[in-house]
Amino acid sequence: MDYQEIVDYINRNFNELYSPDTGEEQAEFLRISPKDWKELAYFLRDDGNLVFDSMMCITGIDYGVEDENLGVAYNLHSMTHHHKFEVRIDVPKSKPMIPSVEKIWRIADWFEREVYDMYGITFEGHRDHRRILLPEDWEGFPLRKDYIFPETWHGIVVPKIKEEWE
Amino acid sequence: MGIETLTLDRSAIQGEEMVLNIGPQHPSTHGVLRLQVVTDGEIVTKITPYIGYLHRCFEKHCENVTYEQVIPFVDRCDYIASMNNNFGYAVAMEELMGIEVSEKVHYIRVIVAELNRIASHLLAIGTFGLDVGAFTPFLYCFRDRERILDLFELLCGARLLYNYIWVGGVSHDFPIGFVEKVYEFLDYFEPKIQEYNDLLTFNKIFIERTADVGVLPADVAISYGVSGPNLRGSGVKWDLRKNEPYSIYNKFDFDIPIGTGAMGTVGGCWDRYYVRIRELEESVKITRQALDQIPREGDVHAALPKKIRPPKGHVYSRTETPRGDLGFYIISDGKPKPFRLKLRSPAFTALSCINEIARGWMIADVIAILGSLDIVLGEIDR
Amino acid sequence: MVDLLLQKFSEVSFLSGMPSALLFVLAATLIALPLFMFVAVNALVAVYAERKISAFMQDRLGPMGQGVGLHAGKWGLLQTVADAIKLLIKEDIIPALADRKLFILAPFILFVGAFIVFVGIPFNQHILVADFNIGVFYIIAMSSIGVIGIIMAGYSSNNKWSLYGAMRSAAQIISYEIPLALSLITVIMLVGSLKMQDIIIAQHGLIWGILPNWFIFNNPFTFIAFFIFFISGVAEVNRTPFDLPEAESELVAGFHTEYSGMRWAFFFLAEYANMFIVAAMTSIIFLGGWQSPIPGFLNGPGWGLFWFFSKAGFLIFVMMWFRWTFPRLRTDQLMQMCWKYFLPFSLINLLGVGLWDLWLN
Repeated sequence: MDYQEIVDYINRNFNELYSPDTGEEQAEFLRISPKDWKELAYFLRDDGNLVFDSMMCITGIDYGVEDENLGVAYNLHSMTHHHKFEVRIDVPKSKPMIPSVEKIWRIADWFEREVYDMYGITFEGHRDHRRILLPEDWEGFPLRKDYIFPETWHGIVVPKIKEEWE
Repeated sequence: MGIETLTLDRSAIQGEEMVLNIGPQHPSTHGVLRLQVVTDGEIVTKITPYIGYLHRCFEKHCENVTYEQVIPFVDRCDYIASMNNNFGYAVAMEELMGIEVSEKVHYIRVIVAELNRIASHLLAIGTFGLDVGAFTPFLYCFRDRERILDLFELLCGARLLYNYIWVGGVSHDFPIGFVEKVYEFLDYFEPKIQEYNDLLTFNKIFIERTADVGVLPADVAISYGVSGPNLRGSGVKWDLRKNEPYSIYNKFDFDIPIGTGAMGTVGGCWDRYYVRIRELEESVKITRQALDQIPREGDVHAALPKKIRPPKGHVYSRTETPRGDLGFYIISDGKPKPFRLKLRSPAFTALSCINEIARGWMIADVIAILGSLDIVLGEIDR
Repeated sequence: MVDLLLQKFSEVSFLSGMPSALLFVLAATLIALPLFMFVAVNALVAVYAERKISAFMQDRLGPMGQGVGLHAGKWGLLQTVADAIKLLIKEDIIPALADRKLFILAPFILFVGAFIVFVGIPFNQHILVADFNIGVFYIIAMSSIGVIGIIMAGYSSNNKWSLYGAMRSAAQIISYEIPLALSLITVIMLVGSLKMQDIIIAQHGLIWGILPNWFIFNNPFTFIAFFIFFISGVAEVNRTPFDLPEAESELVAGFHTEYSGMRWAFFFLAEYANMFIVAAMTSIIFLGGWQSPIPGFLNGPGWGLFWFFSKAGFLIFVMMWFRWTFPRLRTDQLMQMCWKYFLPFSLINLLGVGLWDLWLN
């Protein structure tokens, strides 16, 4: 199934709940709200016509300093039917909470930890919700666009980032 | 005083569990990895990997440099197979920008990528042998890997981090006599595969140590997003070069070796290892075909954009590296620097399943399982 | 040999006035010094051989040099000498939380355990420090002292890897002692003596007119016993494929992880001394020791030394060959091999030799 067929199929099963995003030019993803995610995730994985048994990637996105949202993109793939799909969830920076799908796709375990590590998005229900790449006591979330680099960490001077690449 | 009944007090003979840190400095963690294992005697009951010791802020860096400047950083992610990483990035960027590269560039890319795949698998095989205690295969593998590195040195001057495959082309054309040298190497290399088999693959002790150990069932592997030789070792016939052909891989005739459980259960360490050995043969096959068909004329810089400034949009593209599916999620906002660049690393997902498959085995097996997953910490920590 | 020296001393006039205890110490020292030199030189030669043999097996050159100088000598001949000097001048580190006394004592116990075995080994017809009437028993007993040193080293280092190495080693050495001793008994049953020289002399002559009458060829049971003995011996000295106590890729360096410099060198000396002992014992008990393969041919005391060292050297080469060819076994597989295969086989062997002897005589 291609992207449009998948969206139509989902909407048939979820009472036309989702509308494909039309804001961007080649937006081939489904934008949903966090509260619907868990139910949809189970559907995506278990429905016989979809069988998205493999999750390729989870990407955290910061839409910019002015934008009030953070985003998470889930790239799914079906080993059975060989089709792909992307789900994107936007959450406000004031309350970045998304239900965890770590029990649905085991790969999400580390990917969600990485998104939390870099963007500070909390995944509710994650069984091992810790930082992964950065030290436990690191302050701030480095991949946010408004991240301010620390001067020192445990007495170690952090080299200054250069304004422009030389 | 009556006769006391003697009862065996089991609590007295129960041993305590011991927490043991394998790493960050340890001979067989393949980099700087720390595995915190809970052991009951020799048996490991729980493994908690701690990663990030080699974190070099790859994704943050990428947001601060132009698209061309990302390539050297990509090199340094999986430093064992830099060509394949370059390739993956170039494919993703070309998809985002809609560039069509010339036939010759495609062939050059496939040849160097397959050579690098051989080099990477040789390292994986050698270090896996080292992990189970066989020292000699490691040096045999390095002897042959050295020849590939020499070829790459001839090609682009670098032996490890090539910066060779660019968006829209490659940095240099093949130097004079390179094709012949690659032929020469393949003729030399093909019989050597039998040597590894004789020395290591079918060694009784090696089979005892690896077959049936750390079995990764296919469904678990898919759920954990394990890819590449590790997934194929579990018996899943899945290779992006065949199933989602990119570049010109659909023009070549090659097999996808999968784990058959010839020595034990499908998905054991031995299967993962043997898939790599068989892939050496397949890579040789692909390289030969590519060398036979490569067009002699053509400009490798023809499609090279003057300034890389992709249109607004995003792309998720993946390619098959020696370690598995290497994914790039790139968001462009129309500026010369990436708005967001995410690298989906195959070794990252492979390592995440270690607790699942290595729990309940002995310490020696945990080392073997870790070696069979063929992880590169540079790519995991990025 | 000590008695011989004491007798010689009594003939020298200026020594006759000294107390007999002092003379005894003097005599013992005079014998121990060359033995110690031998153990040290053995390690030097063996390390060089190991480097070169491993290099040739791995398609590389090993230590090389351009003439004597700051390089490692011609063909790297001075490599081990340079290594020894490096170890001598290296800083001596004792971890802060280690058990100091045991930590310092451990390498010496291990080394002494290996060293005193040499007292019972006949190098040729005459060079033998003491031909006990319990020679074989003495060697088996003394060679298991080393394990105490290993356990002490592992325990006192206060390092989990060391402890693992020590525990593995203890289990391994104690287990493999049993098939080792049992396969020795097969030969002792045939000879009827525990004296080393008796065992060697019993292997004089030819069997079936062609083969030397060594115990390896004597009968099918001793033939099996030879392999059990040699493999158990390899396991006792912790060589690959049985090098679990110091498995580099698993336990970093096992029981000697925390040792450096000269203390570590003593472990090293002991390892190579033990290797020599296993090779020497195997060649004495199964391969005729100093006897020439053809009776009466090249059989003088000098040739005796030659035959003995050739046989032992060949077996040491085989051990090195093992090391650079095989992967390592796992703990449970190692134990399984000992208890499930070697032990029953050596028991059957014992019975078989008894019946064989009964049937022939």
